[in-house]
Amino acid sequence: MKQFDVVVVGGGHAGCEAAHAAARCGAQTALVTMKKSDIGIMSCNPAIGGLGKGHLVREIDALDGVMAKVADASGIQFRLLNRRKGPAVQGPRAQSDRRVYQREMLRVMETAESLSIVEGEVVDFIMNGQAASGVVLADGSEVRSKTVVLTSGTFLRGLIHIGDVSYAGGRMGDKESSLLAKRIESFDLPLGRLKTGTPPRLDGRTIAWDRLERQDGDDDPTLFSFLSKSPPLRQVACGITHTNSQTHDIIRENLEKSAMYGGHIDGTGPRYCPSIEDKIVRFGDKDSHQIFLEPEGLDVDTVYPNGVSTSLPEDVQVAYIRSIVGLEDAVILQPGYAIEYDFVDPCVLDAGLSLRSVLGLFLAGQINGTTGYEEAAAQGLVAGLNAARAAKGASPVHFRRDQSYISVMIDDLTTRGVTEPYRMFTSRAEYRLSLRADNADQRLTPLGLEVGCVGADRTKHFLDKMEKLDAGRTLMKAESFTPKQISSAGIKINQDGTKRTPFQLLAFPDVALEDVVRLAPGLAELDSEVGLQISREALYANYIERQKQDVERLRKDESYGIPADFSYSDVSGLSAELTAKLERVRPADLAQAARIDGMTPAALALLLGRIRYLEKKQA
Amino acid sequence: MDTIFALATAQGRAGVAVIRISGPQAFVCATALCGSLPNPRQAGVRALLDSDGSLLDQALVLAFQGPNSFTGEDVVELHLHGSIAVVSAVLRRLGEGDARLAEPGEFTRRALENDKMDLAQVEGLGDLIASETEGQRRQAQRIFEGALGQKIEAWRTNLIRAASLIEVTIDFADEDVPVDVTQEVSALLLSVRTDVENELNGFAAAERIRTGFEIAIIGPPNAGKSTLLNALAKRDAAITSERAGTTRDVIEVRMDLDGYAVTLLDTAGLRDGADEIEATGIERAVSRANASDLRIFLMEPDEIVPVASQDDDIFVAPKADARTDDVPAVSGKTGQGIPELITLVSRALSSKTQSAGLATHARHRDAMQMSLTALDAAVEWIGHGPDHYDIAAEEIRSSIRSLESLVGRIGVENLLDEIFSSFCLGK
Repeated sequence: MKQFDVVVVGGGHAGCEAAHAAARCGAQTALVTMKKSDIGIMSCNPAIGGLGKGHLVREIDALDGVMAKVADASGIQFRLLNRRKGPAVQGPRAQSDRRVYQREMLRVMETAESLSIVEGEVVDFIMNGQAASGVVLADGSEVRSKTVVLTSGTFLRGLIHIGDVSYAGGRMGDKESSLLAKRIESFDLPLGRLKTGTPPRLDGRTIAWDRLERQDGDDDPTLFSFLSKSPPLRQVACGITHTNSQTHDIIRENLEKSAMYGGHIDGTGPRYCPSIEDKIVRFGDKDSHQIFLEPEGLDVDTVYPNGVSTSLPEDVQVAYIRSIVGLEDAVILQPGYAIEYDFVDPCVLDAGLSLRSVLGLFLAGQINGTTGYEEAAAQGLVAGLNAARAAKGASPVHFRRDQSYISVMIDDLTTRGVTEPYRMFTSRAEYRLSLRADNADQRLTPLGLEVGCVGADRTKHFLDKMEKLDAGRTLMKAESFTPKQISSAGIKINQDGTKRTPFQLLAFPDVALEDVVRLAPGLAELDSEVGLQISREALYANYIERQKQDVERLRKDESYGIPADFSYSDVSGLSAELTAKLERVRPADLAQAARIDGMTPAALALLLGRIRYLEKKQA
Repeated sequence: MDTIFALATAQGRAGVAVIRISGPQAFVCATALCGSLPNPRQAGVRALLDSDGSLLDQALVLAFQGPNSFTGEDVVELHLHGSIAVVSAVLRRLGEGDARLAEPGEFTRRALENDKMDLAQVEGLGDLIASETEGQRRQAQRIFEGALGQKIEAWRTNLIRAASLIEVTIDFADEDVPVDVTQEVSALLLSVRTDVENELNGFAAAERIRTGFEIAIIGPPNAGKSTLLNALAKRDAAITSERAGTTRDVIEVRMDLDGYAVTLLDTAGLRDGADEIEATGIERAVSRANASDLRIFLMEPDEIVPVASQDDDIFVAPKADARTDDVPAVSGKTGQGIPELITLVSRALSSKTQSAGLATHARHRDAMQMSLTALDAAVEWIGHGPDHYDIAAEEIRSSIRSLESLVGRIGVENLLDEIFSSFCLGK
């Protein structure tokens, strides 16, 4: 029998990140997966990043996680989304070579210190009273540990639907985890059911690429990791095509045959990632929808048609695919399907992603009701860090909403719960202007250094960069110029007699870095990355200042902690509905309570009154 | 949740006194006194009995089943004979049961908590209960009915629509969505901006309706200003005498003038060469008169005083009883010209309240002002095009937050709901 500090169940995006994070913190970690070859598998589209998601990947990297580096190593097309919008909302995205991604992830996991990979199906937890202390495998062997991270994805009572055919499975070709589901049921957690879908995969050799619009990557690729320089793999283009009225007719005629519209599915699907059936029913007035044809790798023929996920029967899939320009002869390698699975309402987790009711058990990824590789990986990171700390008896690391997208997501999940698959959006982050992809390292690497999950390479790289940034900022703020001097450098400015530094000038919407360099030629010596970074800080300086004040107000609310055994039913005047919600979420402080859906200022005042009353009574 | 009760009508002897009971145990508590309750929303006469079975009072009993009640909870009203002894006996009897005496404002707080009213409506209710004049009643009634909340809701809807248009270009940039929404967003922002600005412009007038207008009576010494004030107030508020310079300080009288709440100011007569005390009085008179909402100049047409007249100000000659010319004049002594003067004042106030909006408290004004400032910034940033949509979005968000502090709050889910219902997303 083996004894570990942390056992991670599952080798998907959440599991890899969790195991690697725990091991980075020095915990003896076991990653248990059904098959080694499943590690780092991309079950859905072969892409990493995007809007909001790209931020998450950068943040994972800032804490020295693995996703960014593996995505860079396997990227075959890089695009910075929202390039023409403000830098706060720009999101890096990359197409990956699916096989290279898996290979690279496996290599990273195998070479990590303190990390062992164990093959086997987890069928139960070893329970030590109310605490989880390891797992039992299907062959009866046990892996003991101090804490457990469960990242079972869609494998809990997973049910795959294609038309009216459905069968149990966690992913196409893999079985679900029903034994484990039984144990989790016994914990009496609030479970819900979600669904997600995937499109049919096409044989790229049967696509008429020459008749399709091309989408190339950026000429100057933006990578994910702060440590990466340039993509090692050859870069490719995607194709773009569209559905047409004939496609829509075929789908409309066969609607009842789809699992979703035939009434076979109970789970809730994501509104932002509808199946092609949904799109045609809900937006009937649109006669065409865009499809991106994304190659799944450099030396594989599989193509992922992004935008046409479906649960229609296979013959209908063939018919509608072939009605599309460029796909007239396309061969389907694997049909699209919908999958339903159980998730745990994340309200029962604390901000470190550990279950309040089962000691030592952490949950991360799709089991918490999220979708997306990046969302899963980010949770894995948080769960892994905290599982390692709990194993050592250290206090949990809690992230704050004003600090990262990771914490926005975790706070949303644990405070508001989940009713549809949760995906990251930049609009979920109220401190969006400060939480940029380009400054993820400045926001999080210091925290990583503090908790000890950042390696030597990154530490050096980060400290060098900070030094350059500090010097750059000093330079940008060193000299003030009169409006007259500024005008003569070709910058439009009000002749209001106010002297301004280059930093202040950069806050004006039409002043760029090269403009202030004309004014203060010394700035030309700045490292281009450093100059860019500082000009972004300058652009948002006023707003960042304002948000700082908001944060200070928030801190005040956070200072009113709510005891874990607080009795909400004792607060008179609180409605039954809010009482029930508060009891479910059990907010850690008044600030978190304020973020609960339906919370009112009056109810907060009542809570505050009760907290103060209890404090006084104790004193 | 506690069940609470309290006397809802004024303390003291009266024809009828109403005790209100609210909370989960309201029906149980009331049944303990009256044996059985009438059907909800139907009045029934019941004998209220003490714990020993003796009669406390014959009362009209009304039950309301939550959420269809003032507080949103189960509510019972006991309409008692308005005797101090009866009321205190029934209150004592209720206190023996499963309920407690309500704290001040607790019924309203529960109504707010149960979403029966928004914050502005609570203020409206407070104003309504405190209203003394017809103008105040009408204004409070509109706010209590939720007119301000509705207006803000309409603005908020437009701003959320504007924000969601921007957010869709940001968060779904890789999908089939519009790229440049500047025109539509600008139009939405500007329409809300105009409305908020109009509302703000009407704030001063609306606040005056609520708190009352100040009207200064000014003129040379011994014109009869104090006598006029007493006549208008229908009581001897100011000392009058034949001696010029009798009034030295500013005298204030609050009254209902043709439906408007008004504070009339009687001021020292304006003249040169007064003694030091009187001079100070004159100085005060001038500054108060300048700051007043309306001035009544009580003087001969050719007289000059050191106070400039403003729009709508009223000029009237004194001592109508002793004149032979046909200059409009008034006499506090005989009442001659008083009805005409009241009509003039009422007309002037009416024109001042034309623009009155629904923002009646300083809190409303401040929140709207903040919202307006953010809107202006948003309009400016949006003008720079998609490059700065992120900053424009931040300003719109801040504008929405300010408005919502008046009535409620927003979550990002509102935004996403709007986005999902209007755009086909997901590739």
